[in-house]
Amino acid sequence: MEIITGHVTGVNGNLIKVDFEGSVRKNEVGYIIVGENRLKGEVIRINNGVASMQIYEMSDGIKVGDPVEFTGELMSVELGPGLLTQVFDGLQNPLPDLAEKCGFFLERGVYLDPIPNKDWEFTPLVQVGDTVKAGDTVGSVPEGIFTHQIMVPFTTRGEWKVKSIVEKGMHNVRSTVCVITNDKGEEKELSMVFSQPIKQAIKCYEERLRPDEPMVTKIRCIDAFLPVAKGGTFCVPGPFGAGKTVLQHLEAKNSSADIVIVAACGERAGEVVEVLKEFPELEDPKTGRSLMERTIIICNTSSMPVAAREASCYTAVTLAEYYRQMGLDVLLLADSTSRWAQAMREMSGRLEEIPGEEAFPAYLESTIAAFYERAGKVRLKDGRTASVTIGGTVSPAGGNFEEPVTQATLKVVGAFHGLSRERSDARKYPAIHPMDSWSKYDGVVDRARVEEARSILIRSNEINQMMKVVGEEGTSSEDYIIYQKGELLDAVYLQQNSFDPIDAVCPPERQRVEFDRLYDALTKTYSLEDKKDIRGFFNQLRQEFLDWHGTYFETPEFEAQEKKVTDFYMAKVVD
Amino acid sequence: MQKVYTKIESIVGNVVTVKAEGVRSGDLALVGDSYANVIKLDGDMVSLQVFAGGQGVSTTDPVRFLGRPMMVSFSEHLLGRVFDGAGVPRDNGPALTENMIPIGGPSFNPAKRILPKHMIRTGIPMIDVFNTLVESQKLPIFSISGEPYNQLLSRIALQAEVDVIVLGGMGLKYDDYLQFRDTLEKGGAMSHTVMFIHTAADPTVECTLVPDMSLAVAEQFALEGKKVLVLLTDMTSFADAQKEMAITMEQVPSNRGYPGDLYSCLASRYEKAVDIEGAGSITILGVTTMPGDDVTHPVPDNTGYITEGQYYLKNGHIEPFGSLSRLKQNVNDATRDDHRALMDGMIRIYASYKESLEKKSMGFLMTEWDEKLLKYGELFESKLMDLSVNIPLEDALDLGWEILAECFEPNETGLKTSLIKERWPKKDALN
Repeated sequence: MEIITGHVTGVNGNLIKVDFEGSVRKNEVGYIIVGENRLKGEVIRINNGVASMQIYEMSDGIKVGDPVEFTGELMSVELGPGLLTQVFDGLQNPLPDLAEKCGFFLERGVYLDPIPNKDWEFTPLVQVGDTVKAGDTVGSVPEGIFTHQIMVPFTTRGEWKVKSIVEKGMHNVRSTVCVITNDKGEEKELSMVFSQPIKQAIKCYEERLRPDEPMVTKIRCIDAFLPVAKGGTFCVPGPFGAGKTVLQHLEAKNSSADIVIVAACGERAGEVVEVLKEFPELEDPKTGRSLMERTIIICNTSSMPVAAREASCYTAVTLAEYYRQMGLDVLLLADSTSRWAQAMREMSGRLEEIPGEEAFPAYLESTIAAFYERAGKVRLKDGRTASVTIGGTVSPAGGNFEEPVTQATLKVVGAFHGLSRERSDARKYPAIHPMDSWSKYDGVVDRARVEEARSILIRSNEINQMMKVVGEEGTSSEDYIIYQKGELLDAVYLQQNSFDPIDAVCPPERQRVEFDRLYDALTKTYSLEDKKDIRGFFNQLRQEFLDWHGTYFETPEFEAQEKKVTDFYMAKVVD
Repeated sequence: MQKVYTKIESIVGNVVTVKAEGVRSGDLALVGDSYANVIKLDGDMVSLQVFAGGQGVSTTDPVRFLGRPMMVSFSEHLLGRVFDGAGVPRDNGPALTENMIPIGGPSFNPAKRILPKHMIRTGIPMIDVFNTLVESQKLPIFSISGEPYNQLLSRIALQAEVDVIVLGGMGLKYDDYLQFRDTLEKGGAMSHTVMFIHTAADPTVECTLVPDMSLAVAEQFALEGKKVLVLLTDMTSFADAQKEMAITMEQVPSNRGYPGDLYSCLASRYEKAVDIEGAGSITILGVTTMPGDDVTHPVPDNTGYITEGQYYLKNGHIEPFGSLSRLKQNVNDATRDDHRALMDGMIRIYASYKESLEKKSMGFLMTEWDEKLLKYGELFESKLMDLSVNIPLEDALDLGWEILAECFEPNETGLKTSLIKERWPKKDALN
């Protein structure tokens, strides 16, 4: 194939102008050759016969006249067995391998093979003569705890026939395992690895379904009040220090997904290190294996090149979709989508596009919407259901949710977990604001009763506001009881101690029992004399509930403490 | 062979444009006798940013391209020296040209990072006890103009247990620079300090180079196994210089005139903080002045998202509320067994003191408990919060217990009984 080449005519930050001969596609990948280095870039605009490329590396040292080679291929990732447990940068460079090769610092222009070069136990699942299409399985290999399906590349068009397939046995990941032909006489050799453009959603499924099954996070406040569904989307905006990243790590640890992909996009490197060091030590409650075995980390931290940051979210979602095609439930956690939007803003500024609000490009909203729309629950062609769930944090400037990225995100997500500085300052964790936040999905407990509980919370909050003006003495006993009920709900259900080994993870069965008991306590009428009495009663009741949280589920202690809680409040109930 | 170009096409602000060939982006050049670096290439038009500013530059000034990026000399000889933002000596000492290293180098591989686990002792109780500074941490000091943040930095520079101190001054008043120099010389810390100082009177471009110079030098010291503390003051001046340059370059401003890449700009500097396995570490303590005490201003706001906590400097002391060292839990279980509980307990009671104080100012009746709290608050502020106190962590913890014992009965503190039995100074009160 003829290689299209060109040369650099201008450099402005990481935006490079290139003169070229022949045909160039928008969004294709090219390499700028600077001395010994080949720097990867993507064509983002072609204007008056000059291509503008954003390069994914630092641009120092590029000069006018440097040669450029175009690849003719869109920005892609490699898909195949061996992706799990790995740590990649935004361009799917495996960071530990890079460290082995280059030492402490990230060297530019070094691109390593993301798929480890090893042999896998391949089991063929098609026979010679079978008809296959894009996304159809030709065989499988065991990858850790999962059966990794080897599929026909998703970009393949039309129907193909299997011409040959290898026998069951050990095969190298890059060796040909299957040959397919079509009626035009074209022939394709398939190995276990193929590449997939990152900005195109994989659509090899039968139909998209409504996300109707809860994605359990074992965080009470989320599962009962602000649920997330498998195949749904949610966003977590919050000011700095409100605990966005800690919350995402908890979700990564405890969620009921099969595979978790953590995309650290433009955030601190130190936080990634916490995941890197912590996850291999932790046990996946579902399988009993190391948590790392179901995790992929995409890590493009804030000091790494900005253009690669923009790519990192797409890299992550493409990997998620790939594992979804194997019938798995995948959870993608992106931290933070604001940094991703800022990367777009930087590029837009260099392209001298007309700026929108706060200088974000006008296509901000549609880009964010398109990204979140890649989540979804689907029925695959073989009838299995699978899903990609996307949760993104948003870091609004000044903690103000009115800014463009938060607003664009809120338009397209199914659940909003807004973190509040007020709650995190008061050490009420998780600091999700229970009244401002919302969710459109069904949770683990009955929605009608959750709404009733929430109305108590809202009423309690109103009374609290009023009390600040008129004082405790100006508040009626009835109102004061409602206020205390709201505080009780907050303290014993919405807040959760992530440092306590028992309270940190609350499985759905336990949540239902606890919610039922609490709901019962909240909806009773009590005969209590004065404010001091009321305060004393609720303080004690709170203590009993908290002690109950400290007992293991379905043990005699658990039952005994539940009885103690019940007896305590029933003693004061009037009909 | 160095080619000299003598026809400058345009001079706008600090940026000059010249027609030249074979020039690399990021290269250093001499415009007249001032350094400049290449910031933009368009065909044969080369835009250069002149460090000393555009003032007085003539269209016929010679432009010489040096064929290398901005570099700084690195050796042991740096210690005890003072330079300006372009690396030129400020202290009448000889210029250093040996072992030149590039500034603004590549970022550290996240896979090579390790969990930070060593504390840095500063002798300031509000830091050591309540918001422990951890090796490889990046922390800003949020402050209003007029607060003694530079005094605080020089005290930390004198007292911190580190091998090398790199001080980067941006937009400093000349007096402040002299004060830093004199304090460090008097305190004997100058021998392990390098200073890169940009004063308010110096050209803006040099201001933007100070953090990169400081951190490039710090990185080399750290790779040699040194524990390096980088003090940067004031990062808001740095951001303002970035803003000034972005606007001159006709970039679209994003928020209050700051460029859209402010976050990346700050992050790429702060992220240089690292603990290198088998070698040294870089810890960054930067001052961020908040215009109008507004924490939602773009500079403190973006900084807050990047750093691992913050110190609020208010009314001359580090505020116990709002200040936070996010990495303190990594180290303060290894200092002394009572550290964490005492820290939480004392802050909790201090919060109650604040409430009592408010009640008092509103003219409410003071109960016996309120009186105790008021006494505690005063002792706490004078003995622990005062920034001139210089005592080791262990003594500060003991002092904490003494203050508690002087004001309260053991059971009023809300601390665990087992701890109280072990540590309460007045043993007779325990029975």
